[in-house]
Amino acid sequence: MPEPILTLQSVSKRFGAVVANDDVTLDLRPGEIHALIGPNGAGKSTVIKQIAGEIRQDSGSIRFAGRTIDRLDVVARARLGLARTFQVSSVAPEFTALQNVMLAVQSVNGTTFRFLRPALGDRALIEPAMAHLERLLLDDRAEVRAANLSHGERRALEIAIALALRPKAFLLDEPMAGMGPENTQKLVEILDDLRAEAPILLVEHDMDAVFALADRISVIVYGRIIASGTPEEIRANEEVQGAYLGDEEHGRHSA
Amino acid sequence: MGREAVIGFLIAAGLLAAPLLGQTFDEPFVITLATKVAILALAGTGLNIALGYGGMVSLGHAAFFGLGGYAAGILASHALNYEPLFTWPLTVEGTTLMPIIWCVAILVSGVAALVIGALSLRTSGVFFIMITLAFAQMVYYFAISWPAYGGEDGLSIYIRNEFPGLNTLDPLSFFAVCYVLLGFAIAFSFLLSRSRFGLALNGARQNAQRLATVGISPFRVKLTAFVISGMMAGLAGALYADLNRFVSPSMLSWHTSGEIMVFVILGGVRRLFGPCAGAALYIVLEHTLGDVSEHWLLLLGAVLVALVLFARGGVIGILAGQPRHA
Repeated sequence: MPEPILTLQSVSKRFGAVVANDDVTLDLRPGEIHALIGPNGAGKSTVIKQIAGEIRQDSGSIRFAGRTIDRLDVVARARLGLARTFQVSSVAPEFTALQNVMLAVQSVNGTTFRFLRPALGDRALIEPAMAHLERLLLDDRAEVRAANLSHGERRALEIAIALALRPKAFLLDEPMAGMGPENTQKLVEILDDLRAEAPILLVEHDMDAVFALADRISVIVYGRIIASGTPEEIRANEEVQGAYLGDEEHGRHSA
Repeated sequence: MGREAVIGFLIAAGLLAAPLLGQTFDEPFVITLATKVAILALAGTGLNIALGYGGMVSLGHAAFFGLGGYAAGILASHALNYEPLFTWPLTVEGTTLMPIIWCVAILVSGVAALVIGALSLRTSGVFFIMITLAFAQMVYYFAISWPAYGGEDGLSIYIRNEFPGLNTLDPLSFFAVCYVLLGFAIAFSFLLSRSRFGLALNGARQNAQRLATVGISPFRVKLTAFVISGMMAGLAGALYADLNRFVSPSMLSWHTSGEIMVFVILGGVRRLFGPCAGAALYIVLEHTLGDVSEHWLLLLGAVLVALVLFARGGVIGILAGQPRHA
């Protein structure tokens, strides 16, 4: 079995009296999509935020790309190769879709502190950025301001930005949220393809998408991981049935 | 951009034409006013980088403006008294050479902006406004209480500082110096706003979280912009001291910070020629309405309220036909 790229070891986090994450142990291996599912408020986003460095865990440790990243901030973790998308799309609204991706391209090139040379027509930024937009089927929307993109397009734009970071791991927080069935299907195909770039930790409510994509699934309830395994194992797990999946296994979970 | 570029060109031409007409019709006061506009527009262009592109609402730019002014005043006073600035560890003399004074003013205001910015950028929103104001007030009270350079009374520069090859006492020549420096600052601003750094800075204003998530530190980007912004204000301060041949704590007061901010908002935030339009309008209003009533600021206040409510794009935005677009 290949060495995991990302490992959470006994990570716990509480907010006042609320236990958001309780002894979460989880890993992400090269080439896989590992889905993290669970009811609303179970602590899925807290897991993502702790990996990305937005909040610090109370105890436990996170390793990424062969080193402990507990003391690194969001910027440093992103530079190490963690690319995350947000549950509520987070883009620069006044920038065009293209400019949003160009920002990520220039970050990877490591050349933000260049003050005089024009960037907006710079082919070294535009060409890679366009390639990423194409991959997300957004190339004909490149010149549209992000604020004017549709909801689904903005979700896809975030993934294009993440892709532009040439990451070692993707952290996708509900990428399908609020998308129609047609767009969801397109995105499933794109993500299926994306795992070859880098493994994906996928938080998602759309069970069809999760079972279509995931190599492994972990189920989190009340901050604890109650089961972890292949989709077949999870489907057959009685505890999961009772706690979460129930009979809506094949229906869409209404968020 | 097309229409706005034409407007910018017209403003630049107008600012050049005013003192030339003043010279032709023997109205030296017009030249002084135009010089004042150019200098204040330079300070505003500096603030526009922090406030406009970076979204950092600084109410402390008087600190940089005033420090630049004091750099000019202090260096000149030492040169004219033949007293070295300090003698240990090495002897440093004063100077009356503008290029050196400018470098010192830029350096001093840049260091001040680095310190103030590094501490202030830990906060945001209204706290950022308050903390920049507080720092500027600290510098202001320090200047008042330090008797060596005039304290409350300020410091006179008996002869305007020199620029090699020019007679800076000639109003038109001094205007030319200020005008050219303003031109450089605007050109620099233009390039900056379209550079990779400008892309990151605009990104930091819109969504700092997004910038951090792609691995660019919003703090570093904003701090760098804040320092550049402070440096421009410092250079403007040095010129302003030379224009008035006088520097006093009032250059450091929060009133000055407010005025610089008014130039930017009046002209149009993030508009390349906004600070020029704002400074020009402010000075023209001051000298026309100011003659009619000493309460002209009341009217200016009303104009500002109207702009903020109905035309965020400022004067430039209105002229460019996109008044609501800030």
